[in-house]
Amino acid sequence: MNRLLSFVGTLLVLGFIASNHLVFAQDHEGDTHSNHEHKHHTDEAHSHNEGAHQEQGDSAVVHDGDYGHHDAHDGLHHDQAHEEAGHHEEGFVAGTFIIHHIADAHEIHLFGDVHIPLPVILYVDGGLEMFMSSAFHGHGHGDRHFKDEETGIDYILYAEDGSYSLKNEAGEEVERTYTAGSIAAFKSDERLDVLDLSITKSVFGMLFILSLMVWLFISIANSYQKRPGQAPSGLANALEPLILFIRDEIAKPSIGARAEQFTPFLLTVFFFIFFCNLLGLIPFLGGFNITGTIGVTIVLAFLVFVLTTINGNKHYWTHIVWPPGVPNAIKLILVPIEILSVFMKPTVLMIRLTANISAGHIVILAFTSLVFIFSGPGGEAVLAGTGVGVFSTLFMIFMYFLELLVAFLQAFVFTLLAAIYFGEATHQPTHH
Amino acid sequence: MGALLTPAWGTVIWASIAFIAVLLLLRRFAWGPIMTALNDREASIAGALNEAEKVRKEMADLAASNENLLKEARAERDRMMREARDMADQMVADAKGKAREAADKEIATAKEAIAIERKTAVAELKAEVGNLSIEIAERLLREKLESTEDQKALVNRLIDESPLN
Repeated sequence: MNRLLSFVGTLLVLGFIASNHLVFAQDHEGDTHSNHEHKHHTDEAHSHNEGAHQEQGDSAVVHDGDYGHHDAHDGLHHDQAHEEAGHHEEGFVAGTFIIHHIADAHEIHLFGDVHIPLPVILYVDGGLEMFMSSAFHGHGHGDRHFKDEETGIDYILYAEDGSYSLKNEAGEEVERTYTAGSIAAFKSDERLDVLDLSITKSVFGMLFILSLMVWLFISIANSYQKRPGQAPSGLANALEPLILFIRDEIAKPSIGARAEQFTPFLLTVFFFIFFCNLLGLIPFLGGFNITGTIGVTIVLAFLVFVLTTINGNKHYWTHIVWPPGVPNAIKLILVPIEILSVFMKPTVLMIRLTANISAGHIVILAFTSLVFIFSGPGGEAVLAGTGVGVFSTLFMIFMYFLELLVAFLQAFVFTLLAAIYFGEATHQPTHH
Repeated sequence: MGALLTPAWGTVIWASIAFIAVLLLLRRFAWGPIMTALNDREASIAGALNEAEKVRKEMADLAASNENLLKEARAERDRMMREARDMADQMVADAKGKAREAADKEIATAKEAIAIERKTAVAELKAEVGNLSIEIAERLLREKLESTEDQKALVNRLIDESPLN
């Protein structure tokens, strides 16, 4: 009982700190963001940025070309930009702020202007280029630039989604899009193909969790081997219920005879998702959103797809390709649906996990945003901001509890459904 | 929004390599040993429970057999006591019979002896009476027996004088 109370107490404190931390962090960023975005999307911004570039040297030509694309062929985009700029004049745009915080980044934002730089690794121009993300100039000032003097390559870290046009081999203009947070490289006015292999925030968090799991579970395995046949202690004692839960409540009932073969995968997936979700709930650590990053969940879903496909037995494929006991006319409808479902199932796993974890972060960030919305564009309405802040903090504490539940629930749901798919693929019918 | 919905190839590559590496590593060095340890422990617990159940049954059997043994011993004791009592009764009865026999024989011997004594006594008496009668008759004959009265008085006197008593 005491432990439970202290746990709840810690959580309350954490929730409170988190909300304050976000409030503090955003105090800075909200302002700078609105400034730069406003500038960026107006002509004034162009001149500003170009001016900054000319100071850097001859790279200005490159960006001139780049911006030229914006102006020349994307009138719609430009209009949108103006419209957005109109909103920005109000001071704080919750949507931009939230998306910025749940999206992957090339650095870990702790608070205020404090960032932990992460290594940027690019496969560009036929070679690997490596530098720290702190090499990019400026924080929260629109697109960020870095010119590598050695190779003469100019890098841009985009702040917003956008597009450019490209001439393909046939000489036709092809529209290409890029997303906020992606990196482009230019060499003497020419856009280079870039494969971004950077250790981004999500990759860093993922590697951290995976290392933690290797250390944790190998030391648990050793503790079992040191004390054979005895009751578990310490870490093993803490995690054994979860391990048994995966084995006895998920793997065995869902898969049956071949459960043992899939248990290692299910255990790894479960603990990976669960720990990543929990890491994302720790405030002051940059708000990791690993399992809300589609690049991570797509891999998990793809592995489920591969394991289901290569382990599918004759019975499984027969029921998909030529379901027995079904009239031919209905087969015409059923077979495409069944074949589609083979791909849909892992896709839905991916979307469910990504959306749920991102949604939790979005709700918490939205309640943080309320404070800025109510305190006015310049933060004049102190009383309103404070009042809403108290309400937001209370609601965020509630949300943190909910998110703790969701952290477990989504890991459980992903693992359970993966196990059910494996079970379907390997099920040996007794009739027939 | 694009950044949220578009999988970044770099992330996909890192995630694939790192996750599969950790999966294989953990399968070999963590999940394998942990599962073996858990299965072994479960087997040993199940074994211990079975053993305990078996021992309990054995104890129950042992208690039952002890009970039987005790019952048999009690029956044996009862039987032995009954036999002993019967034997004792028998012996007492035998002894009594023998004693009575001995006594009867004694009495019979005594009776015989008495009968012989009596016969002897009667024979002696008869001889005495005969002698006495002869003596009386002698005396009568010697005295002059004039009257019957006198004869009678004489006889009585003679009887009185005789040492019959």
